[in-house]
Amino acid sequence: MSITSKEDLLKKQTEAQEKIDSYTCRILVCCGTGCVASGSMKIYEEMKRLCADLDGVEVVAQKDVPHIGIAKTGCQGLCELGPLVRIEPQHLQYVHVQIEDCKEIIEKTVLKGEPIERLFYKHDEKPCEHPEDIPFLNQQTRIVLEHCGNIDAESIDEYIAAGGFQAVVKAFFEMTPEEVVEEITKSGIRGRGGAGFPMGKKWSQVARIQSDIKYVVCNGDEGDPGAFMDGSVMEGDPYKLMEGMIIAAYAVGAKDGYIYVRAEYPLSVARLKLAITQAEEYGLLGDNILGSGVDFHLHINRGAGAFVCGEGSALTASIEGKRGMPRVKPPRTVEKGLWEKPTVLNNVETYANVARIILDGADWYRTIGTEGSTGTKTFSLTGAIENTGLIEVPMGTTLRHIIYDIGGGIKKGAAFKAVQIGGPSGGCLVEKHLDEPLDFDSVKKFNAIIGSGGLVVMDENTCMVDVAKFFMGFTQRESCGKCGPCRIGTKRMLELLNKITRGEGKMEDLDKLEETAKFIQSRSLCGLGKSAPLPVISTMQNFRHEYEEHILENKCRAHVCEAMKVYTIDPDKCKGCTKCARNCPVNAITGEKKEPHTIDQTKCIKCGTCMDNCSFGAISIK
Amino acid sequence: MVRLTIDGFPVEVEKGTTILHAAEKLGIKIPTLCYIEDLLPDGSCRMCVVEVKNNGRTKIDTACTLQVSEGDEVLTMSEKVIESRRMTLDLLLSDHNVHCFSCEANGNCKLQDYAYEYGVSETSYEGAKSGGEIDDSNKFFRYDPNLCILCHRCVNTCTQLVGRGAIDTMERGFQSIIGNGEGLWADGTCESCGNCVQACPTGALVMKRTNKYRPYQAQKRVRTTCPHCATGCQMDLIVKDGKIVDVEGADGPSNHGLLCVKGRSGSFDFVDHKTRIRQPLIKNHETGEFEEASWDDALDLVANKFTELKNQYGGDALAGFACSRSTNEDIYMLQKMVRTVFESNNTDNCARV
Repeated sequence: MSITSKEDLLKKQTEAQEKIDSYTCRILVCCGTGCVASGSMKIYEEMKRLCADLDGVEVVAQKDVPHIGIAKTGCQGLCELGPLVRIEPQHLQYVHVQIEDCKEIIEKTVLKGEPIERLFYKHDEKPCEHPEDIPFLNQQTRIVLEHCGNIDAESIDEYIAAGGFQAVVKAFFEMTPEEVVEEITKSGIRGRGGAGFPMGKKWSQVARIQSDIKYVVCNGDEGDPGAFMDGSVMEGDPYKLMEGMIIAAYAVGAKDGYIYVRAEYPLSVARLKLAITQAEEYGLLGDNILGSGVDFHLHINRGAGAFVCGEGSALTASIEGKRGMPRVKPPRTVEKGLWEKPTVLNNVETYANVARIILDGADWYRTIGTEGSTGTKTFSLTGAIENTGLIEVPMGTTLRHIIYDIGGGIKKGAAFKAVQIGGPSGGCLVEKHLDEPLDFDSVKKFNAIIGSGGLVVMDENTCMVDVAKFFMGFTQRESCGKCGPCRIGTKRMLELLNKITRGEGKMEDLDKLEETAKFIQSRSLCGLGKSAPLPVISTMQNFRHEYEEHILENKCRAHVCEAMKVYTIDPDKCKGCTKCARNCPVNAITGEKKEPHTIDQTKCIKCGTCMDNCSFGAISIK
Repeated sequence: MVRLTIDGFPVEVEKGTTILHAAEKLGIKIPTLCYIEDLLPDGSCRMCVVEVKNNGRTKIDTACTLQVSEGDEVLTMSEKVIESRRMTLDLLLSDHNVHCFSCEANGNCKLQDYAYEYGVSETSYEGAKSGGEIDDSNKFFRYDPNLCILCHRCVNTCTQLVGRGAIDTMERGFQSIIGNGEGLWADGTCESCGNCVQACPTGALVMKRTNKYRPYQAQKRVRTTCPHCATGCQMDLIVKDGKIVDVEGADGPSNHGLLCVKGRSGSFDFVDHKTRIRQPLIKNHETGEFEEASWDDALDLVANKFTELKNQYGGDALAGFACSRSTNEDIYMLQKMVRTVFESNNTDNCARV
């Protein structure tokens, strides 16, 4: 069936809604990456199998047996608690669902409407029946993620039923392209990819340039360690991204669009492909969309696993089939982007904001967030935190609110140490920053960036030199090799950090580290290099004492750096059982039977075998 | 027009001009390693940084990419600029096999020149070198990744100027090297034109010529036209001790500094070759051997033979065919002789490659 006018779309919306309403019960199994990893596909298969049996019953015996639809929804947000299953219309949220639970869910909840209490999330011992009862979910403002977890990510009908493509209708039939650009500009939205460039400005620049061919490109090459926001949107609501791109194409006068998806996101690619096929079948992509005369074709390009391809000019080079390396600007992407044509390049989350801005207006959008950073921001909350997962909060929300109210605080009650924000291009925020609003401008002041929105929470068991080393290792591996500061400089910084964590550092190495960091930051060719030293700069700023301890005292307070671990046996606790001595691979432990043992530090290789084997807790790391 | 000052000297240039070009206009030289005239700047070597003050703001950026703005006060040799260039060289040297004595490019190496100019005698960094095996597979030149500074002049020359695209950067980050992606250099689509070698600012790409020389030993450079085809590429022959030791593509109207494999590697070795025929030879019918003769004897012999043939069979029995390696003037003279002396129109040449 094809939808050739806005009336057709309304008809389709009613039809799709009726179909959804006709279900007496719907089982929504979360199939986001986190849940898939914890086995949600098996739950989905099992539910389907069990419901196939039910359908059999329905046909033969009773006419009013519940009609069950199982949707593959996108990320519902609580990755730690997967696999997640939601039951509608009762609106029950089950967590940690196992294969064995499926039958019970069908029998009790689906057929009888009875909730299963043990599958609810518990907050302070109290079961939370509905998603809204869970603090992690009820303190968010969801615009980008509004449909994620609520609709079947593989059904365009569900998206249409939820009001999908109405923003396209409004843009096409009630607004001129100039008005669309104006609305986006007025909304104040800034690009969510990291740099925070005003989206309206970008669109208006491309719209102004006279050219027969223009392109709309989406950056879905999310590559920061610990970031999965864009992936979740592509997996959970590919249609919203598509709608944003159609509107962008209309606004700037482009006929073709490309979504560049990182190779490591096969599910995103599959969902987007399906979404594009469905939209093409309906005529919502292609020529003369909704009879408006607007043509727009959408294509998918898969990356080849290079972090640098998140940089605009490297990304367009990669789509063109060239090596993904940034080039100098000018010319900028808006003037000469893909195939040297004017190009709008935004990231997934940015496009996913467009539909709501058009539908609800720029004035509404400006009420969310701060003045300089309007709207919401998605963050992927990971690390030493109780509730890891995907969240969306207004710009300007404090870190304290995110970590303690939404994230449930630090895992196992450990002490908070820092948050790495913005991935390997970002920096760390510490205790004193907890009450600062998170927005583009404020975070920059602390030598960090909002970036794409990765939040890695670290507690007292994290060594900050080791963290800096980890991120340096990442950017060093991912440097494209074009400019010297990044290609050689990051390697030299990594070598200095390795030296310090090996316990061989000297105080002058810190100066060298700082000097090199500043050079790379100011002299690199592209954003990857310019931001690569940030994790070192910010950890040196906030945790210089840890660096100095490594050098001067040969001490790693978090007991992370192997070379600085000193295993010791508490003579009061040691019973002289000899187990540690027998298991030590280098015979570093000596002692008489039933007498306290000792470790020869010159022989010890710090493997930790003795500690693992001690039954009396007598061995500790100092 | 945009007005600015560079090192205190006022200059007026068109909008969109880069600082590098504006400085050139004033005769101020800014050091570059990766820059190639007429191409979109690579911007990767970071040597050409300059300090620009405007409206109370100061920035340091690369002169090859930065376009002039009204009122710019550009400093090409400020303390900060020099410090930045020193740091750039320091890092480059930290990943460079510094053995200048035995390096082919000694005396013809921009890295060496700049390191000397900016007083960077050795690197201040410890640490690994990216290194790699020397690729000796090409018959005419070799690539040594230990000397490569990844300026991409070779790649940009091959891809954008020659249009061959035989090489690109392989691997990434610190491990980056230049290659063809299919193993050795000779395994790819390289035509061995060697323009990459001429573009290389260090000793990473060098010709395998046997005539070793240092640039300062060259007595003279002789501008000439390539003797091979009719394109008429301009080239400089480099002469040491009265012998041609090297050739470089020169900026001629038809080649703009480029040469092909024949021009670069097949256009001068024969000059001093021991089997080169330097005298006319006439075959001795009794012994069957060629014997040296005077030009007069040789020309008389040929003239007599042609006259005999013409008298016996007519002009149409004769033809004159010019080699494409001849100059236009020689080819013209040949056809003139065929038409007027042979009285034949059977004349052509192979200058169509």
